[in-house]
Amino acid sequence: MSTNHEISSTPAKPPIWNDPVYRGIFFQVLVLGAVVLFGLYIFNNTAENLERQGIASGFGFMNTTAGFGIITHLVEYTEESSYGRAFLVGLLNTLLVSAVGVVLATLLGLLVGIARLSKNLLVSGIATVYIEVIRNIPLLLQIFFWYFAVLRSVPAPKNSVELLDTFFLNNRGLYSPAPLPQSGFMWIVIALIVAIVAIIIMRNWARKRQDRTGQPFHTFYVSLAILIGLPALAAIVTGLPLAWEYPVLKGFNFQGGLVMIPEFVALLLALSIYTGAFIAEIVRAGILSVSHGQTEAASAVGLRNSVTLRLVVLPQALRVIIPPLTSQYLNLVKNSSLAAAIAYPELVSIFAGTVLNQTGQAVEVILITMGVYLTISLTISLFMNWYNKNMALVER
Amino acid sequence: MNPATQTYEPGTHPDLPPPSSAVGAVAWMRRHLFSGPWNTILTLLAAYLLILVIPPIIRWVFVDADLSGDTREACTSGGACWVFIKVRFAQFMYGFYPIEERWRVDLTFIIFFAVLIPMMFERMPGRKWLTIFLLFIFPIIAFFLLYGGSFGLAVVETPRWGGLMLTLVIAVIGIVASLPIGVVLALGRRSNMPIVRTICVVFIEFWRGVPLITVLFMASVMFPLFMPEGASFDKLLRALIGVALFSAAYMAEVIRGGLQAIPKGQYEAAEAMGLGYWRVMGLVILPQALKMVIPGIVNTFIGLFKDTTLVLIIGLFDFLGIVQAAATDPKWLGYSVEGYVFCAFVYWIFCFSMSRYSMYLERKLDTGHAR
Repeated sequence: MSTNHEISSTPAKPPIWNDPVYRGIFFQVLVLGAVVLFGLYIFNNTAENLERQGIASGFGFMNTTAGFGIITHLVEYTEESSYGRAFLVGLLNTLLVSAVGVVLATLLGLLVGIARLSKNLLVSGIATVYIEVIRNIPLLLQIFFWYFAVLRSVPAPKNSVELLDTFFLNNRGLYSPAPLPQSGFMWIVIALIVAIVAIIIMRNWARKRQDRTGQPFHTFYVSLAILIGLPALAAIVTGLPLAWEYPVLKGFNFQGGLVMIPEFVALLLALSIYTGAFIAEIVRAGILSVSHGQTEAASAVGLRNSVTLRLVVLPQALRVIIPPLTSQYLNLVKNSSLAAAIAYPELVSIFAGTVLNQTGQAVEVILITMGVYLTISLTISLFMNWYNKNMALVER
Repeated sequence: MNPATQTYEPGTHPDLPPPSSAVGAVAWMRRHLFSGPWNTILTLLAAYLLILVIPPIIRWVFVDADLSGDTREACTSGGACWVFIKVRFAQFMYGFYPIEERWRVDLTFIIFFAVLIPMMFERMPGRKWLTIFLLFIFPIIAFFLLYGGSFGLAVVETPRWGGLMLTLVIAVIGIVASLPIGVVLALGRRSNMPIVRTICVVFIEFWRGVPLITVLFMASVMFPLFMPEGASFDKLLRALIGVALFSAAYMAEVIRGGLQAIPKGQYEAAEAMGLGYWRVMGLVILPQALKMVIPGIVNTFIGLFKDTTLVLIIGLFDFLGIVQAAATDPKWLGYSVEGYVFCAFVYWIFCFSMSRYSMYLERKLDTGHAR
């Protein structure tokens, strides 16, 4: 290298094929081109294949008559309803089992997670065994177990397992009394709404008062009293406008009442027990993540154990718990699609199963099904991100 | 003289044994099981639950179980009918793989575990070569052994594959194939080229947002439409592509976690040495990041291993699929519980040992990068 070069303040521009900017553009154009070409190739092949097989395309099929029955539906549905209606029935069934499953799994997970941290070795041992056994067995196997091994072996309607003469379990499902709102039931609903509004106002007032005077208020007990008291009052005043329809054995099966079909019960049990095991581990990790110094500091300033748990440990633990909890909820929603294996009529089983077989319009049906799950996933994660941001540690 | 009343010179008193309430089994129980009224109630409840549950299970599984004989008539004692498992065992392991060719499956998995188990220990000399063998050479050997078609081995079509063997094939191929795709996607997601990043983000979020079942449905009904006229490929291969794409998205997120954990100084130092992008990644970043995320990869593998059961919905007879088929066989109707228990036990052994291994790795790796 020669020494008598002039020292320039700006570095020499590299040749264009070595310039990172141009390289980046070139590379991205290349990748984009490859993706677009691949997409076109697939699109062309699909169009040709569909044409050759004489399969219609487009979403017109959503309005044609479905012609198959669905065993359980939350909205009006008959064999004459359209495919679009069948889609709605499936979607609602998916949402129903997911919503109930999320609640049950959370309760179970919370209970087991706390039990695992118990100082009582017997209790924590049982919780550990539950978690380690359930987590390491495939969910589909558990669904099969509950459906084929447990619920198929319960007796026929004539010899149902009964509880207090109101709940009946047999191989047609789990029967319970159905609430029948009479006229005037609206007042109870209104009372409930009023109670919720009153609680929100009361909490705000209590917080402001505590900020001002330092005196805490029995928010929890007063909230509970309002929440139960107001609707109860409304019920007494209007004369209990709620009747119950009890299931009655008529001929070979029960009539009336609320029925949960075995497919639903099996799926719900498997989903909540399986997800509960994962949630338990999350809860445990969350509680352990709050350092011991925090609890010690809380008792040093004179807080009782229960207050420490509520005001010091839980708010900090929740911050750790919520992100993985979200992904468990998402998993539960996605795993509810395993119902296709036991023919519980949810989205995948109705739409990607029966409707696809009847119409043959694979592309549209699969796209719609995937689109629904994508929408649910994105909505839940957006909501949880927002919530997470509100809960996140504000560093000073 | 009674030692308790004896007097000693200061400093010569022999140590007295601790009181019986502080050591021994009684003290242990008092501390851990009966340390208060609430705890005592819990203990009694838990003990009652165990007494209610454990003895019937033991009686069903061991005491009253039948193991001899080979028809359902042999099951008379009312306990578990392990005869069912015994009779169908070979089918559970190999599916419909021809009996005279089953040594090929055995050989494949003997090679696999013979390489895998030494690879799991940090101190093993030549560990790198074992890894390279397992990732690149073993799949080729396994293909020729299992599928056949050359070296004088008869072809065994994939519809005859089944049982635990098929489960392992799908899980192992799924994870091996998803690793390189996952690395590329993770690098793409952290790239500063907007188009590449967008494509990778959309790809990853799409696969992570849909359930595996819809992916498998897509693989079984849509993939044939994607191919040009006349070209068709086998059901197992389609399922494998679906599984690989699906787990690649999860793998990418695991690897991205590793990439993010590498301190920025490492990137800067490597660039200051004059290394280009691929060398920075290949020589400096990825070796560190991948090592860090091995526990995550093992956890992804556990999830994938459990998820392989879903292929039965598109009509492949994996381990659970074949147990389910056997349980609905009229000859053995009513013994599905035995089938499920056996199946659960096998899955549990695999998943539990893998999760223990991943925890062991986590403990091991914990020292280096904790800051």
